[in-house]
Amino acid sequence: MAPEDRISDGRDAARSSAGRAEEAASGAERPEADAPSSGRRHVFDNPRNVRRVILYLLLACGAVFALDLVNLVQGWLDWPELRHRERSWEGLPGFYAAYGFVACVLLVLAAKEMRKFLMRDEDYYDR
Amino acid sequence: MIGSLPPAAVMILGAFLVPLFKGRARSAFVLLLPIAGLACLLLVGEGEFGRVSFLSYELTLVRVDGLSKLFGWLFHIAAFIGLLFARRAKSLAEDIAALVYAGGAVGAVAAGDLITLFVFWEILAVSSAFLVWTRGTERSYRAGIRYLIVHVGSGVILLAGIIAHVQATGSIAFDHLGVGSPGTNLILLAFGIKAAFPFFHTWLTDAYPEATFSGTVFLSSFTTKVAVYALARGYQETELLVYVGAAMTSFPIFYAVIENDLRRVLGYSMINQIGFMVCGIGIGTELAVNGAVAHAFNDVLFKGLLFMSMGAVLYRTGKINGSELGGLYKSMPKTALLCMIGAASISAFPLFSGFVSKSMVMSAALEEGHDVVWLFLLFASAGVFHHAGIKIPFFAFFAHDSGIRVKEAPSTMLMAMTVAALLCIFNGVFPEAFLYRHLPNPVDYEPFTSAHVISQLQVLFFSALAFTWLKRTGLYPPELPSANLDADWLYRRPGAALVRGAAHVVRAVRGRAVAGGRAAVAAVAAGGRRHTGPGGLLERTVPTGTSVMWVTLLLVVFLVLYYSAR
Repeated sequence: MAPEDRISDGRDAARSSAGRAEEAASGAERPEADAPSSGRRHVFDNPRNVRRVILYLLLACGAVFALDLVNLVQGWLDWPELRHRERSWEGLPGFYAAYGFVACVLLVLAAKEMRKFLMRDEDYYDR
Repeated sequence: MIGSLPPAAVMILGAFLVPLFKGRARSAFVLLLPIAGLACLLLVGEGEFGRVSFLSYELTLVRVDGLSKLFGWLFHIAAFIGLLFARRAKSLAEDIAALVYAGGAVGAVAAGDLITLFVFWEILAVSSAFLVWTRGTERSYRAGIRYLIVHVGSGVILLAGIIAHVQATGSIAFDHLGVGSPGTNLILLAFGIKAAFPFFHTWLTDAYPEATFSGTVFLSSFTTKVAVYALARGYQETELLVYVGAAMTSFPIFYAVIENDLRRVLGYSMINQIGFMVCGIGIGTELAVNGAVAHAFNDVLFKGLLFMSMGAVLYRTGKINGSELGGLYKSMPKTALLCMIGAASISAFPLFSGFVSKSMVMSAALEEGHDVVWLFLLFASAGVFHHAGIKIPFFAFFAHDSGIRVKEAPSTMLMAMTVAALLCIFNGVFPEAFLYRHLPNPVDYEPFTSAHVISQLQVLFFSALAFTWLKRTGLYPPELPSANLDADWLYRRPGAALVRGAAHVVRAVRGRAVAGGRAAVAAVAAGGRRHTGPGGLLERTVPTGTSVMWVTLLLVVFLVLYYSAR
C-alpha cells in the first residue's frame, strides 16, 4: 500500500462528505508508486558530504574575517576603506563576527535555561 | 465600471459570489478577484475618493497616497499567492473568509478617516477568526475564540479612543496622531494589540499555528501589517515605539529557539520582524520609515513563503513538530529549496529581500544615535538567522532522518511558493527597480556598499558557525514535545481560574436567591390557596339575601351622603 496522498491534519473529521466527494470528483491525486525507494542514498546520508558543508562554512567565515584584516591594512595605508566605520567600536576587525557568534551562543544557552521554568507538557492547556 | 468601486469592495463583494461557482471555475474566480482588485486600485490612481456623509461626519472611504498604495498593492499580491496556495484546501468557507479578510485589509489601509478605519478593523477581526476555525478541531475552536476576544477588544479600545479623540479635537481625520491625549493613547493601544506589542502578542503565537495549512498563510499576511501601516500613519517619530520595537525584535527569539511547533517558531519570528518595523516607525526619519514600509512589504512575501513551505509539510506529512520531522529534503526537495529562499530572505542575506529593507532601519537607528537599540537589533538579526533561517529548514528538511517519505508538494502549492520566492529574489537583487521607487519618502540609500555586505556576512556566517558548533557538541537543546509558558498563561490559567471562581460565587449567590425567591412564591401561593381553597375566605358561598342586604346598606349610605352634601 503506497502512503496516503494526504494524511489528516485534523480537519478531516470536520469535512463534510460532500467535500470529500468533490475532492474525489475533481481528480485529487491518487498515490502512485513514486515513494522513493528506501534503498536510495541521498546527499547527506554520506557523512563526508556533511563534513564538506562544514568545511565550506569555515572557509566562508575565514574569508569574511580576512576582509576585515584587509580593511585594517588599507586603513594604515590610507587607501579607501573597504568597510566604512560608523562608530570606533563597531569598526574593530571582526566586530560583527564576534558579535554574531557570541549572540547566538548566549541566545541558545539562555533559551535552554528558560526551558527549566517555562516548559510544560504538550497538552498543558488542554487538561 | 470597475474604477468607480472602492478597491476593497472587489474582494469583499466578490467573496459572496464564490458559492455560485464549483471546482475549477471557483478556483479561476477566486484567483481573478485579487487581480481585479489590484486593477481597480491602479485605475483610481492617487487621491481621495468616495466621500460619504454619516451622522454629520464626512467619511473618506478611499485614500490612496504614498504610504497606503504600497500596502494596497501588497495585500492584493498576498491574497493572490495565498489563494493559489489554498487550492488544495478545497474549502468554500476558507475562500470566502480569506477574500473578505484580504478585502478588509485593503479597506483599512485605504481608509481616509478613523470611522472607516474602525469598520474595516472589525471586518478584519471577524473574518480572520473564521480562518482559525476552519481547521475544525477543538483546539482551533478554542484558539479562535481567544483570538476573537483579543481582536474585538482591540476594536472596542479603538472605538473608545476615536470617540475621545473626536470629543477633544472634533476631527475624524486619520493623519498623524502622536501620543499625549487620552484618545490618541487609546488608539495607540488598539494598534499595538494588533501589531503584537509585548504582552499583547500571544494571540498571534496562540492562534496562527492552530489554523489549517493554508489558513495560516492568510493570517500571517494581513492583520499585523495593517497595524504597522496604522502606526506609520499615526505615530511616526514616537520615541516609545523605538524601545517597544527593540523589545519585540529580541524577546521572541528566545522562545523561537525552544519552540517545537515549527509554525509557532515562525509566529515568534513574525513578532521579531514586526519589531524592526515598529522601531523604524518610532525613529521616524525618512530613511527609517522607508525601511519600515519596505520591510513590511518584504516580510509578507518571505514570511508567507516560509508559512507556505511549512503548510506544505503539514499537508503532506500531517506533522509540524520539529521533534517528529527531519530528512524531508529527500522526498520534498523543491519545497526544501523554496523554504531556504524564504529563510535566506528573512535572514537578510545580501541579494535576498530582507537585506535591502532591514539594513535601512538599522542604518537609521545608528544615524539617530540609538546605539544601544542598534545593538539589540543586531542581536535580533543574528537571532532571526539562527531560529528562522537555520532552525526551520534544518529541523524540517535535514537533521536526523525521521523516515517519513511523502510526495513532493502539489503543483498549485509549488507555484504559489515559486511566485513568492521570485519576488523575494527580485526585491533583493533589484531594489531600485520597484520597491525603492514606491516608498513613502524619496530614497537616497545604497544597500550594497562593501561595509554593509561584509558586516552582514560576518554576522550570518558566524551565527551559522555558532549553530554548527552547538549542534556538533550536543549543547544545542533538542526539539522536545512541549508547551512553553508565555504571557497568555496569565489569562489561560490564573485568569481563567479567577473567572471560574467568580462564576462559582455567582452561581452560589444565584442559587440562594433562587431558593429564597421560590420559598417566597411558595408562601404567597400557600396563602392564596388558604383563602381561595375549599372553605377559604374568598371561596365561601353566601346566600343571595346577604348580598341584597349589603347592596341596600350601600345605597342607604350613598343617600345619606348625598343629602348631607347638598
